[in-house]
Amino acid sequence: MTHPAPDQVPVLALEGVSKSFGAVRALRGVSLQLFAGEAHALAGENGAGKSTLIKALAGVHRPDEGTVLLDGEPVVFHGPADARDAGVAVIYQEPTLFPDLSVAENIFMGRQPRRSLGRVDHRSVRAAAAELFRRLGVDLDPDQPARGLSIADQQLVEIAKALSFDARVLIMDEPTAALTGSEVARLFGVVRSLREEGAAVLFISHRLEEVFALCQRVTTLRDGAWIASEPVEGLGEDDLIRRMVGRDLDELYPKLPAEVGAVALSVRRLTREGVFTDVSFEVRSGEIVGLAGLVGAGRSEVARAVFGVDRWDGGEVQVGGKPLKPGAPSLAMAAGLALVPEDRRAQGLVMGMSIERNINLTGLRATSRAGVMNRGGERSRAVDWAVRLQVKYARLADLVGTLSGGNQQKVVLAKWLATSPSVLIVDEPTRGIDVGTKAEVHRLLSQLAGEGVAVLMISSDLPEILGMADRVLVMHEGRIAAEIPRAEATEQSVMAAATGVTGRAA
Amino acid sequence: MTTTAEPVRVAVPPSGGLLDRVLKMRELAILAVLVLMLAATQIDNSAFLSQQGIKDLLLNATILVLVAVGEAMVVITRNVDLSVGSVLGITAFAAGDFLQGGGNPLLAVVLAVALGAAFGALNGLLVSIGQVPALVVTLGTLYIIRGVDSIWVGSREITASVLPSGFVDFGHNGLSALPYLAVLAAVVLVAVAYFLRNYRSGREFYALGSSPEAAGLAGVPVRKRILAAYIACGALAGLAGALYLARFGNVDSGTGSGYELTVVSAVVVGGVAFTGGSGSVYGVALGALLLTSINSVLPSIGVSSVWVQAIDGILLLLAIAVDRVLALRVTGVLRKRAAETRSARHG
Amino acid sequence: MADTDIGTGTDSATPFTARPRSFRIGDAVRWDTVVGALLLVLLVCSFSFVDNFGNALNLSFLIGNTLPIALIALPMTLLVVSGEIDLSVGSTAGLSGAVMGALWNAGYPIETIIPICLLLGVVCGLVNGLLVTRLGLPSLAVTIGTLAAYRGIAQIVLGANSVTDFPQQYLDFGSGRIAGTFIPYAAIPWAVLLLVAAVVLHATPVGRSLFAVGASEEAARFSGVRVKRLKLSMFVATGFISSLTGVFWVLHYASARYDNATGLELSVVAAVLLGGIDFDGGKGTLGGAVAGVFLLGALQNVMSLVNVSAQSQIVVTGVLLVISVLGPRVARQLSVAHARRRTLTASAPVPVATPAGHT
Repeated sequence: MTHPAPDQVPVLALEGVSKSFGAVRALRGVSLQLFAGEAHALAGENGAGKSTLIKALAGVHRPDEGTVLLDGEPVVFHGPADARDAGVAVIYQEPTLFPDLSVAENIFMGRQPRRSLGRVDHRSVRAAAAELFRRLGVDLDPDQPARGLSIADQQLVEIAKALSFDARVLIMDEPTAALTGSEVARLFGVVRSLREEGAAVLFISHRLEEVFALCQRVTTLRDGAWIASEPVEGLGEDDLIRRMVGRDLDELYPKLPAEVGAVALSVRRLTREGVFTDVSFEVRSGEIVGLAGLVGAGRSEVARAVFGVDRWDGGEVQVGGKPLKPGAPSLAMAAGLALVPEDRRAQGLVMGMSIERNINLTGLRATSRAGVMNRGGERSRAVDWAVRLQVKYARLADLVGTLSGGNQQKVVLAKWLATSPSVLIVDEPTRGIDVGTKAEVHRLLSQLAGEGVAVLMISSDLPEILGMADRVLVMHEGRIAAEIPRAEATEQSVMAAATGVTGRAA
Repeated sequence: MTTTAEPVRVAVPPSGGLLDRVLKMRELAILAVLVLMLAATQIDNSAFLSQQGIKDLLLNATILVLVAVGEAMVVITRNVDLSVGSVLGITAFAAGDFLQGGGNPLLAVVLAVALGAAFGALNGLLVSIGQVPALVVTLGTLYIIRGVDSIWVGSREITASVLPSGFVDFGHNGLSALPYLAVLAAVVLVAVAYFLRNYRSGREFYALGSSPEAAGLAGVPVRKRILAAYIACGALAGLAGALYLARFGNVDSGTGSGYELTVVSAVVVGGVAFTGGSGSVYGVALGALLLTSINSVLPSIGVSSVWVQAIDGILLLLAIAVDRVLALRVTGVLRKRAAETRSARHG
Repeated sequence: MADTDIGTGTDSATPFTARPRSFRIGDAVRWDTVVGALLLVLLVCSFSFVDNFGNALNLSFLIGNTLPIALIALPMTLLVVSGEIDLSVGSTAGLSGAVMGALWNAGYPIETIIPICLLLGVVCGLVNGLLVTRLGLPSLAVTIGTLAAYRGIAQIVLGANSVTDFPQQYLDFGSGRIAGTFIPYAAIPWAVLLLVAAVVLHATPVGRSLFAVGASEEAARFSGVRVKRLKLSMFVATGFISSLTGVFWVLHYASARYDNATGLELSVVAAVLLGGIDFDGGKGTLGGAVAGVFLLGALQNVMSLVNVSAQSQIVVTGVLLVISVLGPRVARQLSVAHARRRTLTASAPVPVATPAGHT
């Protein structure tokens, strides 16, 4: 492994960069240096500020303090176009494509090859896209519209986009989250060859083994602050995790043994065409069942269908032994089901409403008398739960958007716990929240299970699944690929099932 | 798991993919309805498609085609301009007033276009800089421009008799069944279509209508493009105003009032989705032709003209409903196909 | 990621700073309050300085002419709060007026006709609502279509005729006023409807759900709100009130024509938006909407009295509409920029501050 000579000038660097969003300080005095021919990993928990850092490098956010250095010279990127012109390519976690346009146009938007009179050379656009896909070894049709592409294919289009302008700096925000093993191998091949050609690579992944396989240096962030930059060589996974989390893992997963009772949620042969197939499982009261799998494996979709937000095409869901009517969240709630959804900002909370209104949105009947709202009842219900979950707020009338991510998540939990559910489905319950709150959420889930609530926990955070779940269900491409008891669940066994290496019998 | 480094690639078809095929299908459908309707009318009333009949059909469509093409550019960027009727009215009067004072006809047209572009710029600035919903802003400028027009025009009226005869003739004559106005509209149509298809900035109109966030990340100058779309729309409404004057020779303070609804109908019937990013101006021109043809068809097959408005409305509803159902189908097909290729790839 | 774009309202962090509370004034001054205050100022000035404004005849004109807008503004406010819009209200009113005229010509008793017209309004609203909720079409496009369609049907029903010979006691109700006051009879049912709408929007589960749906339809759905049913019922209510307005229009102006209430939708939308109902949904108060309605109505009345031409009145309406959407947004952008500066200066000397949410 080559290490940069001490006198080498970084291609792109950040120096003492801070960035705030309202009251939330996403980055605090962070420095980072990217050298040509080096793959640099950015490690940190969800919410540590990785995405904000990337957006500062990509010209999406202008740092409040500190500077961006290009070849050692301070630069100001006024927008993504400036960064792109400087040779910085970014592949975001969530692909940003134009659904109505063809894949080829998506790759070259704003940079299409031109012929005489400045006209777009459609033939070259198509040919160049086809060539890029050949280089990536994928068989996408350049004329296909981006609408309807799977997340993995969308990700590949994004990678082709980055390749298309011979980027000097390639930034990848969890590009492998939705890819299968062979796709990851192919991607790494491309990245290595780019690196050997002299590109600087910044790589983010929650799969630590990928960091060790691909990168030479690693920078760790925690709660928006810089923790360390060091060579990967000689570093163990445990060391890295300790830097990311800032404490030992056991504290983070306070799982208490609970008495497992009767079946509370039973899902039988549930199918939604083209999304998930033949999904069956049970969750008993007092039990925490983890639902693992790659992004796009259909975990959240199953949760949505069970709760009734989406319809299902076949199968049956029973709560407490009674079948649920499909497609009716209000009836699911009445039956004792609660869903803390994946996307806190779009699904969990109404960002434009106050904390109080958000908490009470699940209890409109409970806080009204004869069809008219009872102001006192509303307030006391909200205060009660906000205090119980230790939400840090100024006034209940404040918009929920003014809270930090962790406190927002507590409001989502409050609004659902206030319905006293018998089955609680939590989808990525700790994504994007600080470590302290994360431990609180885990303690809460454990406590709920102890009180006899059946908990189904979907998470992409493997340590979380392994630390909290009594039993792990693993989904792969829309099916339950494995069911693993707590004692046998390891990173290896779960990942193997999630990537389709092992079958049902794991 | 497959380990092929070089998978067998589907040969790239020489031109157009699924996307283009769907779009063309959409345009062909309107064309088919139009042809069927005209043919049926012709069978019922053999005088319908006489030379004069065809000329009238084209003349009637010209002005709507121009305004609808401009509107389409705005709708493609996921915005809307409701002030086009007011702009058409005020530019028509401005051109007439200029000609009445002995102005040059060509200059009058340029004046109308420039005035229209100025109003377009006003709309565009309010929408792009103020970042307020286009519908509301242009509803406001609809009122404002109409009001200014009314104050300026008062009870005055421009009639054909005060206009230069060459100008009026230009509005009526043509090469046999092909009116000059229609030729002009066709030239504009082809130019706009060519621009939208073959220039980076034209493609960026579609990009930012398709996904404003992605457009921002791709470095598309979003505000500049939106402003450009509004200016183009205003300029075309201005041109249509001048041609309105040439065609009808009669302009007062109510000219073009309520026209925005017809224009929006033509755009939507022509296959440009309200959600932006899709459709073509050729489809829009066909939509405009279809709407204006209905107005001519109904009387000639003996249906009272009171039916026209109801049919226009129902046609608009049908168009958006069919589009919606089609879009759902296409998405379904694409998803299924993607799933199949994916499982084939990993199978 | 979740840790970005939390750029709105940052007041919970202010306890850090020693800044005076005056910063909150910007938040406390809400748009609907501003509109209400403007209305009050306008009324006071008009009573003091404008000749003939205060006499009973003029006031009853003002109210009578504003009532159709005020009536439809009630359900429209609820609809816009839920994130949808109905542009077909004027046509629905015109259609129910046209049907009223046609049935009266056909010899039906008016006691039968009026319920039929109201039922028709319900059907019109149902059509709009079903197209929007079942097919998932944008309400703007749907109701532009039904705007044309309903008006077209009105034209088919009544043609160019106008019907004027309705029973005198009904016409009296439509145009008369309560003895000894300037208040039209029709203002009484409106007041009742206002009360109902205000309670529904601001003090019932339905109202809470409407705000949630308008602010974030997805989050509302994930909270168990029955979004489609809610929206459908709002469209139906709007259709119903529109047809009621159509009936009132016929009686008030003693004329049923197919083109009654043409363009009414624009006035209603303008008034509602002026009253601070956010076009994107989720924000606004019924009081604001009513203030907006009467601000526009009174302004037009005053301008007529002081001989401002009808044309200039149109310009004023348009300018007000643009300002009503531009104003709050510009103010918000300024306050966000301000908040950002404030956070910077506040946090600079405190290197390790816990993010957000301090009590």
